[in-house]
Amino acid sequence: MTKATDRALSITELHDLELVALAACLRERKVSAIETARHFLARAHQHETLGVYLDRNETVTLAQASAADQRLARGSAGTLEGVPIAHKDIFATKDFVTTAGSQMLHGYRSPFDATVVARLAAQGAVTLGKLNCDEFAMGSANENSAVAPLGHTRPVPVPNPWNMAHIPGGSSGASAVAVAARLAPGTTGTDTGGSIRQPASFCGVTGIKPTYGRASRYGMVAFASSLDQAGPMARTAGDCALLLSAMCGPDPDRDSTSLDMEPEDFSRLLEQPLAGLRIGVPREFFGAGVSTDVARAVDAALAQFEQLGARRVPVSLPRTELAIPVYYIIAPAEASSNLSRFDGVKFGHRAAQFGGLADMYRKTRAEGFGDEVKRRIMIGTYVLSHGYYDAYYLQAQKIRRMLADDFQQAFRQCDVIAGPVAPTVAWKIGEKSADPVANYLADIFTLPASLAGLPGMSVPVGFGEGGLPVGLQLIGNYFQEAQLLQTAHQFQLATDYHRLKPQGF
Amino acid sequence: MPLSSSDISRIAALARLELGAIESERMLTQLNGFFDIVEKMRAVNTTGVEPLAHPVASIRDIALRLREDVVSEPDDRAANQRSAPATGNGLFLVPRVIE
Repeated sequence: MTKATDRALSITELHDLELVALAACLRERKVSAIETARHFLARAHQHETLGVYLDRNETVTLAQASAADQRLARGSAGTLEGVPIAHKDIFATKDFVTTAGSQMLHGYRSPFDATVVARLAAQGAVTLGKLNCDEFAMGSANENSAVAPLGHTRPVPVPNPWNMAHIPGGSSGASAVAVAARLAPGTTGTDTGGSIRQPASFCGVTGIKPTYGRASRYGMVAFASSLDQAGPMARTAGDCALLLSAMCGPDPDRDSTSLDMEPEDFSRLLEQPLAGLRIGVPREFFGAGVSTDVARAVDAALAQFEQLGARRVPVSLPRTELAIPVYYIIAPAEASSNLSRFDGVKFGHRAAQFGGLADMYRKTRAEGFGDEVKRRIMIGTYVLSHGYYDAYYLQAQKIRRMLADDFQQAFRQCDVIAGPVAPTVAWKIGEKSADPVANYLADIFTLPASLAGLPGMSVPVGFGEGGLPVGLQLIGNYFQEAQLLQTAHQFQLATDYHRLKPQGF
Repeated sequence: MPLSSSDISRIAALARLELGAIESERMLTQLNGFFDIVEKMRAVNTTGVEPLAHPVASIRDIALRLREDVVSEPDDRAANQRSAPATGNGLFLVPRVIE
């Protein structure tokens, strides 16, 4: 770069740089990690009304940035050296409060960092803070958070930066908002039934969940252990590839379900063209219930892929509708078991008034958990209870295998599967909050890949009603993250939806 | 068959959740609404299908790993008890269980 362009990279434009470009500027010492961290901390203050941050600690952030600058000066930089990121508040962090959006963990200080947090830090990433989310990651609108964000005195619905009357999606809602509003070039999220893909779609950012078992669950506050996966959200597929490469790797001593697969460079295929790629289009993803604005944007994206040399192949995922009951049996069952640890004994909330020990449990849990969490604990407890286990939980686990087999059938005819992430764009704040089942039904297109443990992502492909973004869901076969990211990257080379930014940010 | 209010009390007792009267009432309606969408799942013929726990086990053998039952973490009692509601002499305190 010449001197003139050096100057053009003024401090006010740092937040407009995509993550890969910012990482390059840091590596080339065009900007320091300290300047970068200060810039994003100032932006966080400036946009505190959004309610995305549940905790920050400027001393910690600046110390991390200063250490990154020293490594950059020594020439021992990691792949993300000095890049500021923010973590969904599901990840345990030593230096920041970890609440999972719940009063149950109000003020909780973890004695350790989640593996994903540690792996990103090992590559030099600097943590800006912790991001709002649905309580224990249970929700599709970020409306279930029970914690007051910084700058607020009570919990608030996080708005969608593209249209502030609408929800951002969930449960990693604030992770998507932070990227869309340019408060962080990249964030972490977790996806149990669509919690990365759906908010990414609703906020016009790029997000990927890897194959189940790729990223360690150690230090992720557990929701449904056979479904939970961590993944990144950022503006581009290239950004996500860089983050995902740092996040994934085996963790044999700490996560019994983590896969014995060495870390991969998920960026390695990005520049390869898509000529000959077979894109499977499941007809069940295009039926009644998909709104016309979403269908139009998704169809235009598929036409764009054909321009890039890919071929559309009709496929079928005949049990798509069953994914809703199967998921909403399995996830609450596992949640009710995982959340039994919140008993007011070793950490977290304890009721102030109670009779004996059993009463302490009951009152602690009644006070600490929000409505959605209680509903799922009740459903889970019921379907696991004597006399109902076979009819519900076991039956759901069997259909889960049938759903996974359906995907393998489809992948015989195609390389990736594409369809909408959600049937509609982001709905209005409050519109579905009184009707839990309506929220569940809106997860229909993300649940199948979650149940099968397949990698899936959302790529911005246009706008629908209310000026709200539409995301295309890309689902790959097991371990094909690099190919998914390549598919998305090639699309992004030909389009600019991922470059657009909401007004006022 | 819809749940009754006595089912709600039984489940809440199992889940160690205290529910108020209004909350129980609402829970009953919402859970019955939920189990309506679950009904079609129960009709699926799954004879001979193995339940799937680790999703990747649908394409390859996944053995859940075991490790030796040995101490692997350093003693960090102070940090581990930092967020405990009540401690004393390095122990977690609970209401008296045995009189």
